[in-house]
Amino acid sequence: MKYVDEFRDRDLARTLAAAIAVAADPARDYNFMEFCGGHTHAIFRYGVHDLVPANVRFVHGPGCPVCILPARRLDDAIELAERHGVILCSYGDMLRVPGTGRRSLLKAKADGADIRMVYSTLDALDIARANPGREVVFLGIGFETTTPPSAAAIAQAQAEGIANFSVFCNHVLTPPAIRHILEVPEIDPAQAARLDGFLGPSHVSAVIGSRPYEFLAARYAKPVVIAGFEPLDVMQSVLMLIRQVNEGRVEVENQYTRVVTRDGNRKAQDLVARIFELRPSFEWRGLGSVPDSALAIRADYAAFDAEKRFALSEKQSRETKSCECPAILRGVKKPKDCKLFGKACTPETPMGACMVSSEGACAAYWTYRRLETLAEMAAE
Amino acid sequence: MCLAIPALVTELHDGAMASVSVGGIAKQISVALLDAVAVGDYVLLHVGYALHRVSEEEARRTLAMMAEAGLLQAEVAEMAQTTGLAGGAS
Repeated sequence: MKYVDEFRDRDLARTLAAAIAVAADPARDYNFMEFCGGHTHAIFRYGVHDLVPANVRFVHGPGCPVCILPARRLDDAIELAERHGVILCSYGDMLRVPGTGRRSLLKAKADGADIRMVYSTLDALDIARANPGREVVFLGIGFETTTPPSAAAIAQAQAEGIANFSVFCNHVLTPPAIRHILEVPEIDPAQAARLDGFLGPSHVSAVIGSRPYEFLAARYAKPVVIAGFEPLDVMQSVLMLIRQVNEGRVEVENQYTRVVTRDGNRKAQDLVARIFELRPSFEWRGLGSVPDSALAIRADYAAFDAEKRFALSEKQSRETKSCECPAILRGVKKPKDCKLFGKACTPETPMGACMVSSEGACAAYWTYRRLETLAEMAAE
Repeated sequence: MCLAIPALVTELHDGAMASVSVGGIAKQISVALLDAVAVGDYVLLHVGYALHRVSEEEARRTLAMMAEAGLLQAEVAEMAQTTGLAGGAS
């Protein structure tokens, strides 16, 4: 496939690996956080960590929307489907995530709730058009990449007068989460100091541009390289980060220039700004309550806001006991540090979101390194 | 969730919709989030929507830089070896 195959070329990968080996100073460590779960999976799937020297380490960040959604919000979604009798449309990633008491959307569906997996908000709109007598709620999750399609669906529903469609909005923002990791000492006092730079998200940045990361360089003196998702993109970005560190430079660089510009997609940004506004605070699994880190639907569009249309009950939501998802999402623990990994918790019987999502760190370790990880756990 | 794939626009339709080819497979997508999409453009397809155009010129430039980075580093390594310096930090 064009723009994919070229960026998986074996010979170029060797070339970049050699360049990284030469550039990396053996006298120091390089700890780079890949914010995005898509990068975590690219690193594992293509064995990028085996192509870089041992002193170049990847710290996995919280950029997995399914993983960071706390049990409470998932319990609310299940309530919408079960108590309010709506047709709940969700991206497939969410269906198997365990909420309180390990109840998932899939279990609710098995118990009779009308929960439908969709690929796109376009499908959710079709379902609403086809079922005018039913309430149809789209479970909106995701970072800045996935927010514009939710905004477009609301705009379309308004334009067409689709009155039975609404969105349960859980859209979150990348820059405030990165700031939170660097700023909030109770997360882990050593973490901020230990990070030598960030691999910036690919497609979040396609929408928001590279400008919103400039504060990281300016205020926190952390180098950032916006990186594409293909293995060569990741490797070239690692090389760019190593060079910044070696040369004492602190900049936002853009490796993924074929898609990302400084300004991003203005049309998508304008649409998102028209439909959504900042939530004063949002609860993230792992990060806790993060100010200005999520979006809510503006009052002008309250008719399309599931939180306004349906009275959601107060509930005592609980995360799965002994699941290390929260610490893994902060980058302070690895899947091998969780005693459930590969034992009670596998993709078939997930105890935590990080094992369910195709972007979760535990799913990456399980899919690509489970034997090594289980051996390491046995040795400790 | 944030994964997106390059798709070739093959036909434009009413209502900001378009036909695209994704590695040979035909699909209907929305181009409502992009201005002035044309047949022959490569766009980044995410959950049914075109999110951004893919720049052919920049893709070529990036690949050239990757090849070049290797050449430069190979020279540095060779230099370090022939002059007896410990290779490493540039």
